[in-house]
Amino acid sequence: MKRLVLIVLSFLLLTAFGLAQKSRMDVVMERGKLICGVNGKAPGFGYVDEKTGKYMGFDVDFCRAVSAALFDDPDRVEYVPLTAKARFNAIQTGEVDVVFRNTTITTSRDGSVGVDFLPVNFYDGQGVMVKKELGVKSVYELEGATVCTNQGTTTEKNWTDFVRSQGWKGNKLLTFESFDKVFNAFMSGRCDAVTTDKSGLVGWKAKAPDPEALVILPETLSKEPLAGFTFQNDSRWRDALTWIVYATIQAEEFGITQKNLDEFLKSDKPAIRRFLGLEGTLGKGLGLPNDFVARVIRHVGNYGEIYDRHLGPNSPFFIPRKGSLNDLYTRGGLMYSPPFR
Amino acid sequence: MKTVPFYKNIKVLGVLTQVVVSLLVLFGLYFLGRTAYEGMVSRGIPFTFSFLWQEAGFSISEGKTIALEGGRIVLRPFEPSDAYWQAFFTGVYNTLRVSIAGIVLTTLLGVMVGVGRLSSNWLVNRLSFAYVELVRNTPLLVQLFFWYFGAILKLPPIRQASEWFGMIVSQRGVFVPWPVPGPGFDRYLPFFLGGLLAFLLGAFWSRGRRGLWLLGLLLLAAGWLYAGDPFVLSVPEKRGFRVVGGAQLSPEFSAVLLALVVYTASYIAEIVRGAIQSLPKGQWEAAFSLGLNYGQTLRYVILPQALRIIVPPLGNQYLNLTKNSSLAIAVGYPDLFNVYGTIANQSGRSLEGILIVMGVYLSLSLTISALVNAYNRRVALRGARR
Repeated sequence: MKRLVLIVLSFLLLTAFGLAQKSRMDVVMERGKLICGVNGKAPGFGYVDEKTGKYMGFDVDFCRAVSAALFDDPDRVEYVPLTAKARFNAIQTGEVDVVFRNTTITTSRDGSVGVDFLPVNFYDGQGVMVKKELGVKSVYELEGATVCTNQGTTTEKNWTDFVRSQGWKGNKLLTFESFDKVFNAFMSGRCDAVTTDKSGLVGWKAKAPDPEALVILPETLSKEPLAGFTFQNDSRWRDALTWIVYATIQAEEFGITQKNLDEFLKSDKPAIRRFLGLEGTLGKGLGLPNDFVARVIRHVGNYGEIYDRHLGPNSPFFIPRKGSLNDLYTRGGLMYSPPFR
Repeated sequence: MKTVPFYKNIKVLGVLTQVVVSLLVLFGLYFLGRTAYEGMVSRGIPFTFSFLWQEAGFSISEGKTIALEGGRIVLRPFEPSDAYWQAFFTGVYNTLRVSIAGIVLTTLLGVMVGVGRLSSNWLVNRLSFAYVELVRNTPLLVQLFFWYFGAILKLPPIRQASEWFGMIVSQRGVFVPWPVPGPGFDRYLPFFLGGLLAFLLGAFWSRGRRGLWLLGLLLLAAGWLYAGDPFVLSVPEKRGFRVVGGAQLSPEFSAVLLALVVYTASYIAEIVRGAIQSLPKGQWEAAFSLGLNYGQTLRYVILPQALRIIVPPLGNQYLNLTKNSSLAIAVGYPDLFNVYGTIANQSGRSLEGILIVMGVYLSLSLTISALVNAYNRRVALRGARR
């Protein structure tokens, strides 16, 4: 009995120290699959497809991109649906390897919450949605209104700040655990308005029984740069993830798509050859396979392709990209990758 | 006499075993705490409670907090500029509010249904039976959703809300006229407190002596005449998006309260029924033969005896109700656990926060246990000592 206790204790001790030393990169490679935190209930960004039963969406594609880069297979991912509230704990405890779940970069999250953010993959802003029958045309008409949102989001604080700055009295903010409950309460009339990132509002509006009866008010209350995030103090793992995200943006800038990848692989331009891992050691330097960019493009596509697949004009959750912040910097947006050199 | 060597002495061995086991447990706890701490340090997450004094910056839909205003400690609604500890206090306030109201109402309902289960009236008996079996056999969370999304939010919207006797019933909550302190309140206060004291003394100390009750009544009435309008009735009134005046029962509070009361009452009903049935049949027969009717028998003979059996398991149900109130998060009622969720996310201090939450629930539960135990001793002494 005593020996058993001793064995168990020393085993725990060893694994505890072992985990502390190792980069998550090695853990994921050994495991042979990526554990990725996603939304699960955000139309267009991370949701379960009703027909296939698989996770789909803009954020989900970034999990697939990481899996493609690491394993040359976009489907070696175990998805963990996370509520807004649980997402940081999931990283703090190491339950998931990375989270792509429409999360705003803020100072306090980077600082005191203890996560490290990846590059922004979607520039968003907080909006407010009301029912058309309310007859409200602007958020400035919402004095005294009850507004619903979900817990653990930046929107909670943003809306409070907005109400305070307007000096309004009697406004109520109701917070629920997940956005489907928020939406349910809103549709049944408990709240006058719902507030969350505009991209989210578009998705929920599209899913409503009668989307025409809902109006997204024109004002944008805040800036919400959405990004994936992972552990603090594991720069090897974070570097790899960072450059996988950049690769999708750079690929779009080069004009490399899933379809024309094979032609580009025959290119003799040194920048393209380096980017796709045909020469040089860019990937190896990050601890990734040298051709990780080619893998990402082959399996998932470039940033523009990912965007159009989930949020483009042919998707049910259309969010115009042209001229928005999410366009490439060459077309007046903010999507910009540092050079792959 | 042969001396026993200490390693064969059963007393020494007993002590030794206990010491070793406690050391092992302590070491285990230390190991777990240490691992958690090191894990946090290695990920760059500090462990500190200093966040409690930072500004919260979010709003809470209902509930009050304590604050220092002009040198006086006051109870007032939570404001975004308050500190995190005040947000925690609001959560505790809301938990207490729903738990205390729930405990009182569920006891009344539970005893009624429990007695109804034994009624010889077929309808009452079957209704009570159906109630208990239906409610006891479905999960509380499901019932909570039913009350909130299925019942309360299906009430008419505020613009078409029904009004009876100044009361407004809508999906934004139930608004009732409520007395608020009027112009004469300050003059009335000493009379009010004095009257209350007399009633309390009458109830607890001198066991229902009439004089104290009368004195209390007299004080209240005389004070009212002297002060003139100590209270005015605030009548709810629709204005814009909201209702102004009166007292509001928010839909979230009502849903949580309803769910907790209805659910817990089904268990209390069974406890009451069990206790009554465990009394010998002779008690009933003896009471009837003395000429007491059904109500009198119940009131003077059966319930006082059953109480001794009821109280300990009843305390358990009170504890359950209080702890179950943490399900309020599902419908957005800002109880302690719900508020903790927001705090943990805004401040990033989840471990510290959950320790506070656990500490609060633990002390609440221990307080309730202590009160129930004290009451239990009182009722146990009144009958035959065992």
